[in-house]
Amino acid sequence: MKSKDTRKTGFDKFKNILDFWATNSEEGGWNISSTDEGSQKMLEDESEKQVKIQMGSDVVDDFVIDEDTSDDERMIVNMGPQHPSTHGVLRLQAELEGEVVRRVKPIIGYLHTGMEKTGEELNYFQGPTNTTRMDYLSPLFNELVFSLTTEKLIGIEVPERAKTIRILMTELNRISSHLVALATGGMDIGALSMMIFGFRERELILNFFEKTTGLRMNHNYIRPGGVAADLPDGWQKDVKEILKVIPEKLQDYDDMLLDNPIWKGRLQNVGILTTEECFAYGITGPSLRASGYEWDLRKSQPYSGIENYDFEIPVLKEGDVFARWRVKVLEIFESLKIVEQAMEKMPKGPYKVQDKKITPPPRKRLDESMEALIHHFKIYTEGFKVPEGDAYVAIESPRGELGCYIVSDGSSKPYRMHVRGPSFCNLQALPVIMTDSPIADAVAAIASLDPVIGDVDR
Amino acid sequence: MNPEVIETNLDDYKKLVESSKSDGFEMMVDLTAVDWFRKKEPRFEIIVQLLSTIHNVRKTIKVFVNDEDLTIPSITDVYPSANFYEREVYDMFGIIFSDHPDLTRILMPDDWQGYPLRKNYGSGRIPVQFKNAPKVD
Repeated sequence: MKSKDTRKTGFDKFKNILDFWATNSEEGGWNISSTDEGSQKMLEDESEKQVKIQMGSDVVDDFVIDEDTSDDERMIVNMGPQHPSTHGVLRLQAELEGEVVRRVKPIIGYLHTGMEKTGEELNYFQGPTNTTRMDYLSPLFNELVFSLTTEKLIGIEVPERAKTIRILMTELNRISSHLVALATGGMDIGALSMMIFGFRERELILNFFEKTTGLRMNHNYIRPGGVAADLPDGWQKDVKEILKVIPEKLQDYDDMLLDNPIWKGRLQNVGILTTEECFAYGITGPSLRASGYEWDLRKSQPYSGIENYDFEIPVLKEGDVFARWRVKVLEIFESLKIVEQAMEKMPKGPYKVQDKKITPPPRKRLDESMEALIHHFKIYTEGFKVPEGDAYVAIESPRGELGCYIVSDGSSKPYRMHVRGPSFCNLQALPVIMTDSPIADAVAAIASLDPVIGDVDR
Repeated sequence: MNPEVIETNLDDYKKLVESSKSDGFEMMVDLTAVDWFRKKEPRFEIIVQLLSTIHNVRKTIKVFVNDEDLTIPSITDVYPSANFYEREVYDMFGIIFSDHPDLTRILMPDDWQGYPLRKNYGSGRIPVQFKNAPKVD
């Protein structure tokens, strides 16, 4: 009976508020006493029980708030595997206490396709077709690391032009990969314009890739012994266009986000990773550099002649999501520098090694030369043989150290091919970042690590 | 650059990893296994890649696992980053890492039979049937 009355009072109060807004009264504040008897009473008698009754909170009498949260209050929530902000099919099992994440466990394997097993059945010439599909946002890095490992096992050095093309293409790939990271990161946090912007600029680079390699993704362009084809006619024009447009657009991003209070409020002091945690969990790449440690394999253990280029390594010391976002933006500027230098110094000469046992002869030669036909046939059927041994080569991919470990038994197929994907390792840090932080920051934390599930599950 | 390669035995493995960490190898970047089926005895070899960012050097540790029990001490307490890698090796090769905090399958489904990256496991041999999937007659 009492509850019925209070419900009515509550409703009246609500109705009066509606009226207040509807008539646009200029009485100011929330003083609605002149029209509402109920609220007048509430203001006069402020005993707790009276207030409760008048506010309508006594209506539900079976809800008891316990001061100490027991284990029953903990709730396990599954996020994913089908979730737009998990960047693929990542599943997170989070234990929540109210709004706070207490424990989290990443569950992976939903995209596992057995690529390492497949790699044992493809010969070295076909290998990049397989590895390029692992990290689908930076396919050229996967091809490069596989090719470098194979070349190390054979003991060959590719020509200067091939090296420069490799650097040009991979650094463009780094820009496109970081643009996707910025775009999807923005989307996860709610900056939808950022998503449109990032994917729009990436399209420029993908168009250049399509012109050069024939495909927008999964290029199979960098192969053991060099690259698959020379750069197309007029490639300088396209690269100049990229070099002109991307910095202007990056300025747009900065205008939009760098001093944006919402963006800073969502990202600063969120998901902090210290340098020690990065070491413990094997985290490399932009995440390590955002935690104040200068480590870049392009400088410390250079590959493909990247030591001859002039560029800086951006390092920030905050270690939060904002720093990880900022490092990626600054790295795009540095990659643009490398691309420009590679374009200017592009040497003339062959784009693959002239050893006909390793790289197939040009199509024209097949009509003229019996030997060329034999080499072509041998490479495309059996592949080339690689001496016994094992090698581990690592390069700096957009997400960190990308390594490839190949064991050869002297045949034309790898005996064991293992790829150390940076995303797989970086995911281990997710519990460290997310524990004891609000659930709203979880999505920002995942986006800042930039995991690519194809690279995680392989 | 070529890493320093150290071949050790099972008893000294853990000690070597611990001493490497105190020598400045602060990061474990990779841990994987090779199945030398009918080529070498014992059959399974574990390969650990360590990285020292201060000295800018790499180190490779290779160790063979006994065929009888297929057990090797876990290095998760020394390098927490070994957690996922050891689970992956367990998942793919069936090697047991003693004292690992959560040694479960990581990439394959929990109820999977067999260890896919072993050499006597043919690819495409088992038709994939996920649990609770509707039966097609």
